[in-house]
Amino acid sequence: CGDQMSFIRGTDLFGYVGIEAVLDQMRRKTMKSGFEFNIMVVGQSGLGKSTLVNTLFKSKVSRKSCTPNYEEKICKTVKLHSVSHMIEEKGVKMKLTVIDTPGFGDQINNENCWEPIVKYINEQYEKYLREELHVNRKRRIPDSRVHCCIYFLPATGHRLRPIDVEFMKRLGKIVSIVPVIAKADTLTIEERQEFKERIRQDLASNGICIYPQKEYDEDQEEHALNEKIRESIPFAVVGTDKEHQVNGNKVLGRKTKWGIIEVENVAHCEFSHLRDLLVRSHLQDLKEVTHNIHYETYRVRRLNESNVDFSNGTADQSESQL
Amino acid sequence: MQKGKLTGLRATEKQYVGFATLPNQVHRKSVKKGFDFTLMVAGESGMGKSTLVNSLFLTDLYKDRKLLNAEERINQTVEIIKHTVDIEEKGVKLKLTIVDTPGFGDAVNNNECWKPITDYIDQQFEQYFRDESGLNRKNIQDNRVHCCLYFIPPFGHGLRPVDVEFMKALHEKVNIIPLIAKADCLTPNEIKKLKDRIREEIDKFGIKVYQFPECDSDEDEEFKQLDKELKECTPFAVIGSNTVVEARGQRVRGRLYPWGIVEGKFTNKFLCSVENQSHCDFVKLRNMLIRSHMHDLKDVTCDVHYENYRAQCIQEMTSKLAQDNRMESPIPILPLSTPDVDTEKLIKMKDEELKRMQEMLNKMQQQMHDKEQ
Repeated sequence: CGDQMSFIRGTDLFGYVGIEAVLDQMRRKTMKSGFEFNIMVVGQSGLGKSTLVNTLFKSKVSRKSCTPNYEEKICKTVKLHSVSHMIEEKGVKMKLTVIDTPGFGDQINNENCWEPIVKYINEQYEKYLREELHVNRKRRIPDSRVHCCIYFLPATGHRLRPIDVEFMKRLGKIVSIVPVIAKADTLTIEERQEFKERIRQDLASNGICIYPQKEYDEDQEEHALNEKIRESIPFAVVGTDKEHQVNGNKVLGRKTKWGIIEVENVAHCEFSHLRDLLVRSHLQDLKEVTHNIHYETYRVRRLNESNVDFSNGTADQSESQL
Repeated sequence: MQKGKLTGLRATEKQYVGFATLPNQVHRKSVKKGFDFTLMVAGESGMGKSTLVNSLFLTDLYKDRKLLNAEERINQTVEIIKHTVDIEEKGVKLKLTIVDTPGFGDAVNNNECWKPITDYIDQQFEQYFRDESGLNRKNIQDNRVHCCLYFIPPFGHGLRPVDVEFMKALHEKVNIIPLIAKADCLTPNEIKKLKDRIREEIDKFGIKVYQFPECDSDEDEEFKQLDKELKECTPFAVIGSNTVVEARGQRVRGRLYPWGIVEGKFTNKFLCSVENQSHCDFVKLRNMLIRSHMHDLKDVTCDVHYENYRAQCIQEMTSKLAQDNRMESPIPILPLSTPDVDTEKLIKMKDEELKRMQEMLNKMQQQMHDKEQ
């Protein structure tokens, strides 16, 4: 067949076609079908994981282990536990799934405690892959893949611990990790800055890949935005569901004898930055990185394993790095 | 230290998490990526296809076209010609591909003249299938045909055999939107009769043209009304024009005729305006195609037509593989395929039946053995 290419800029058109209406069509469709978001929290008991998730989404999406009815003891192995909630805001519906990992890092011997987590993440990729390869596919494949893994670092003030390095090294390859400094109200601002600096050094020297990954910045604008985020990671957070009166306003905070730590006050802690990153600006990006990069990496590996020979001529050299 | 000074506190955002910005996040990424749309036009020469395309997208794609004379056209087979245009409006980029099918229906013997067209559509599906199944899926180009405008001549009394056969050959591969071409030669009554006739025949012959999706119950009344009008108006009767005419201080796309009545007075010029909704359905077609249903056309192509093709393809491949062990699968099929529930049930039933028969046999043998004793 014959091809004729012509490139016509908007200024050459005499009139208004109305193609931007496609965006509205898309928006209407996505609003109707809703969104899914799967977030995993990893860290030792008592670091405030559930409280933080509840604070992030302003609802009781995760059950805290410090409540009186919580009877479970420290599990012998890491057992993953996922809970889903439908939340809605301004007409936008989201199915939020929080995957908890009780038992991580709580044992005396924590060797290989990341394995159940790696297994879970890969199982979700496998589920999606099978759906995708099925003869009769669903219109919308249900997405249970982990879009974001928040890793809780205890606020020791020193450096990354061996378990932190081991975990993030392995998981940084298969999921987007967002490390946070938990219960950061035990650090002064100076201690916090130094701690963060040392953590960043440790991450770099161990070749650990965390979100947002430099290699996936699509253009200058995104790069500039993400560089700013990369310079302030890990975020030092404080979580709570209690409110207090400060200057006539009700604020979320932790009341101590020496003051009230306001969770949403950026002068006190970086919770707002974390929330803005995860929910308000990069939620869609987290999903896309999971789908376009982590999932594709898994898929290529799986397909190569099943020894099927197919060449469509578009495979490029970077696959040999797998 | 100033006591009680609060910095950075967002007191008004108490209950607001912020994921309502999600559609905007998606929006931003789409604007960056841009959209693509492939439109096919089919129908005999001289139906006004090129003119209509130019009118729809307000361009002049066919500036340098040379029209063939009758002799040159005798041995013409149906060709497939692609024109690609990048359109940008208010920051939104659209890569529009028009697939033209010159030669269709022009020959003396038009048997199966749609075959090059169905082959083309299948080829695009096949290419996409390969790309989608391949290892590097980063920049897959989607050349699948999202919509086919089929031009029905206004001179006849409904669908001709070639119209019926064409649409039946394509209705399960692409979204067909039938149009009545050059509608300016028909009076409003004639148009209504022709539309009714065509709709009847489409039903009668079981042709599956593109159906507009149902309106949501929560859409506003105006939208629902427009949607109803749209559905009752099909097939659209269209006129296209490459000329912009100055009329009453406005620039209008239209056709100037030396006859007509304008505002009760006889004049020697009649402007048939493409954009006048009482003159033709061009505006409805344009709005539907671009402003309200472009996304749905793409979705139906991906979710229905392409999936049907893919399912068929896989089934053909697996049956071939079952017959010939030496064949390698050209696309990834996971070696572990779990048989479906029905097959499993059947297998279980047969197993039990076999078991029963075996037991009966044993019993009989035992009886015979006892008898001999």
